[in-house]
Amino acid sequence: MANKRLAIVPALNEESSIAAVVQQLKIHAPTFDVLVVDDGSTDDTARKAEAAGARVVIHPINLGIGGAVQSGYQFALAGGYEMAVQVDGDGQHPPEELAKLVERLEAEPRADMVTGSRFLGEGDYKQTAARRLGIIVFSLVLSTITRQKVTDPTSGFRLANRRAISLFAHDYPHDYPEVEAILMMHRHELRTVEVPVRMDLREGGQSSITALHSGYYMLKVLLAVFVGLFRSRSAAAEHAVTGAAGDIR
Amino acid sequence: MILAAIELSPRLQVAAIAGTAIMLVIVFELVRQRRLMEKYSLLWLFAAAVLLLLSIFTGILGWFSDLIGISTPSNALFGVAIGFATLMLLHFSVTISKLTDQNKVLAQRLASTEERLRQVEKSRGDS
Repeated sequence: MANKRLAIVPALNEESSIAAVVQQLKIHAPTFDVLVVDDGSTDDTARKAEAAGARVVIHPINLGIGGAVQSGYQFALAGGYEMAVQVDGDGQHPPEELAKLVERLEAEPRADMVTGSRFLGEGDYKQTAARRLGIIVFSLVLSTITRQKVTDPTSGFRLANRRAISLFAHDYPHDYPEVEAILMMHRHELRTVEVPVRMDLREGGQSSITALHSGYYMLKVLLAVFVGLFRSRSAAAEHAVTGAAGDIR
Repeated sequence: MILAAIELSPRLQVAAIAGTAIMLVIVFELVRQRRLMEKYSLLWLFAAAVLLLLSIFTGILGWFSDLIGISTPSNALFGVAIGFATLMLLHFSVTISKLTDQNKVLAQRLASTEERLRQVEKSRGDS
């Protein structure tokens, strides 16, 4: 089938919400195949996802969100998918909003990735002051570096085309990947755009960014962004190619 | 409050600044070349930055050695450096323990997958 589409759902101990997420995707995004990447859950996440009709990849050990999402992109690359979207396993990304991302990617041939932004007027998303501060700092830094407005740098609700899928399958940041991924796209001259979306409060599970970790998170990501500025594009591309030699076919 | 009389001899100060500055550059370069993950570089960068500050602003070093009762500030500098080294060794021990455990899980899962694959192949051959 031409124009295959994949929804990548990284999940860690989301047994309470995963079935609903998969079912909602099947209802509201029927053109998408659903892949749940179970990142070493100790609960019933994988079985519930499979029962709900998703393909499931199970990591024997916890690799972190970056590793989980990358497994999804590798699956998409190997399976010949033309589009892949990340959807959180905790239900904060409403599948009915996915159509907006698809519409934009199809309308704008030059765009390689469309990010759903919480801060362009749709819905009202409540969060702690610490997280809001982090988002303001990152959006300022990223907007300056990429010379385009980035309003929601930590949004994981993203739709990638084949070029972006290929890049991410070969090379994807580790712990808190969203901010760095935008920088990577920029370095490889791939274009990102944002569309306004509504997001829901998290249903079950826990945010991957707890209050305790947000300071460490900011420091680590800012360091990564800073060091990233000193990496040449060719060095990163070269890494992508060498990193791909063994595991991607 | 009486600050320790001699803080650092000028030569030692230059050597300490040069040493920590080289340390910072090496860590930065390793991260840039992707041979060191950001996650594991933070502690190194923090240690190098603190030691650099202490060697540049010897006043802080003097105050610190006074505080914990070291009469020679240069010894306080060594003390802080040894403290960081110990912390990092502990950090690595924790990390190695985690890797050992993950390695075991991976080997077990691979072994059981191969066993199941052999069974599948065998039953296919039989039928």
